[in-house]
Amino acid sequence: MEKKVNVYLFGKKYQVPESLTIMKAMEYAGYELVRGCGCRNGFCGACATFYRILGKQELKTCLACQTKVEEGMYVATLPSFPLVKQIYDLKKVSPTQQLMMQLYPEVYACIGCNACTKACPQGLNVMQYIAYAQGGHYEKCANESFDCVMCGLCSSRCPAGISHPQVAELSRRLYGKYIAPKSEHLEQRVQEIANGEFEELIESVMNKPLDELKELYNHRDIEK
Amino acid sequence: MYNYTDEQLQSMKKVEATRAERVNNLFPRMSAEEKSQVLKENHPDYIDNAYETLKVGPNKGDKVLHELADLLQGKSRVLGKDIDLSNPDYDVDVLVIGGGGAGSSAAITAHANGANVMMVTKLRIGDANTMMAEGGIQAADKPNDSPAIHYLDAYGGGHFAAKPELLKMLVSEAPDAIKWLNELGVMFDKAPDGTMITTHGGGTSRKRMHACKDYSGAEIMRTLRDEVLNRQIPVVDFTSAIEIIKDENGRACGAVLLNMETNEILIAKAKTVILATGGAGRLHYQGFPTSNHYGATADGLVLAYRAGAKLLYADTLQYHPTGAAEPTQIFGALVTEKVRSLGAQLVNKDGNAFVYSLETRDVTASTIIRECKQRNNGVKTTDGEGVWLDTPIIEILNGEGTIEKRIPAMLRMFGKYGIDIRKEPILVYPTLHYQNGGIEINSDCQSTVENLFVAGEAVGGIHGRNRLMGNSLLDIIVFGRDAGRSASEKAKSVTVGEMNLNHVNSFANELKNAGINPTTLSPKLLPNYKRKDM
Repeated sequence: MEKKVNVYLFGKKYQVPESLTIMKAMEYAGYELVRGCGCRNGFCGACATFYRILGKQELKTCLACQTKVEEGMYVATLPSFPLVKQIYDLKKVSPTQQLMMQLYPEVYACIGCNACTKACPQGLNVMQYIAYAQGGHYEKCANESFDCVMCGLCSSRCPAGISHPQVAELSRRLYGKYIAPKSEHLEQRVQEIANGEFEELIESVMNKPLDELKELYNHRDIEK
Repeated sequence: MYNYTDEQLQSMKKVEATRAERVNNLFPRMSAEEKSQVLKENHPDYIDNAYETLKVGPNKGDKVLHELADLLQGKSRVLGKDIDLSNPDYDVDVLVIGGGGAGSSAAITAHANGANVMMVTKLRIGDANTMMAEGGIQAADKPNDSPAIHYLDAYGGGHFAAKPELLKMLVSEAPDAIKWLNELGVMFDKAPDGTMITTHGGGTSRKRMHACKDYSGAEIMRTLRDEVLNRQIPVVDFTSAIEIIKDENGRACGAVLLNMETNEILIAKAKTVILATGGAGRLHYQGFPTSNHYGATADGLVLAYRAGAKLLYADTLQYHPTGAAEPTQIFGALVTEKVRSLGAQLVNKDGNAFVYSLETRDVTASTIIRECKQRNNGVKTTDGEGVWLDTPIIEILNGEGTIEKRIPAMLRMFGKYGIDIRKEPILVYPTLHYQNGGIEINSDCQSTVENLFVAGEAVGGIHGRNRLMGNSLLDIIVFGRDAGRSASEKAKSVTVGEMNLNHVNSFANELKNAGINPTTLSPKLLPNYKRKDM
């Protein structure tokens, strides 16, 4: 029989096998999750969670699907957090510092407490990417924030009321559209296809008898 | 350091001992005959007793897995309920069911085409397999490549079973799909001169895998979601479609919706409907773990089937070769194929390679199953067995720092359990990953039910009987946009007749006449992971 640990889900005590993640421990205890459960693999940010170990001071944050239970764990999930998402038309804006001032002026109220960084379950340097956003350094903000799963834990700890994930999302889209180098080979290929240049080639492959197609496939040239 | 068993540690030492010799000494590719044999003997699609014959509906006589048969021939959630269709809660041009990559692309495109569009989604927008796609997206946009070569790779990889007209659309519209995403702000991996950094995937003959590190799907999904929100397209979240509504002419014209939290029933009326409900990993076919998101329960197939839409290749599933086999906490989680694109090799308990790392997924998965079940060369794990994926080779081949830069999510996922994939190999086993088949569509993305359009993983026929890496992120964009375009265009000329659910009652009668008395409620909506003895 596997060793069990005591966990406190929303304050109520349950005994669960020690190998479980917090999410699986909730299910083991009998919860049928609707909120607070998405991809179950650390990519979607649905299962933002706070916990504190009995007798310890520090408040910790994590994704429930990526974190193993521990003895004496007091758990409270954060299935939704009211982030501010500003509406904009990406085609009509440009990547200037003024845009940040206009859409998310609260970034300039950052007091440098670094609570956001401490809260990030992805281990991102959140306060640093907000500093980049303040300066309109979108490329740096985009790269620094790239692994964000938008769980909102950072924002839940922010005394300045910043919606970090949305600031980062804006920065990444500005970078991807306006700042990253253009891919000429892509533009060219799209044009060639629009001109119908590959039509004959692809039709000739499609119209081959099956045996011939199999031959062609089995002996096709493969790039090293 | 992760707490491996002694047996696992000893086996790991053997992997390390053979590494230097294996680095530049690749295991040879299999011949067509060898592939066909390993598939027949090992692939789960070939296990006859996992299947049963459908007795009712448009695919009567076809075989599907038991778990799907139970749902397709299951009990409707509206039967016996008093559903009032006379006063719809929503009335729109285009109703998009599903909030993943296909649904979002469809909604954006329909909206851009002037339609009044609404999305409903079972969980949140973005809670979808799209978000979890790691490796990349294919498009033939390099000078040494062409849509015709892409076509041949995918057609052969899918065992020559794809619907040619759909596959042609997939490969021909691929470069434009990448361009569209790029213009929405998706951050593709690029060289300083703007050239897309592309790699191989299993079964590709050209390096055409575009990526955004190993967060490719997440980056695409969050960008699409942001665009849906910027366009202020209404998103009704935590709401499932539980039946399609049809009019007296048999055309789809809306859906019965269920609030997942309050159980309130709502009615949506629409001129056209787009199903973009995704896959089925959470049905755990044949007891497999899955890499899929929580809501992947084949709901769209059930709704469409009851409404009279034909399915295609619903019997074929994709088992991704490399699901995490250890630690148990992430059992079944996806280890992206990109790990092998970058050079990692599959190795058995004795430290010997047994397959060329980038065979197609069905073939690679079958060789892993053979290595464990037939040849007894697997390593015992907490939940079963597995083989090694030798990741440190990546940095030997591509230089130190490659793993952190190109596959940070994998580094993080294993790092949380004390496993440093830069230094140690990891244990993997096939995991249920993708629904190859689904609802049959024509080149307008319309199912055999008029005004019922389909996009994304819910579609069958685009990939044939096996899908190549990077062609699913591609298909959700290509067919999402196409479905959005077709459905919004069609909506301009539709006048909805009298809404009814007669098909639900007739289907129930057919079941009765076939001697089936279903007890399983369908669609399933969510899996049940409560403790078994509760």
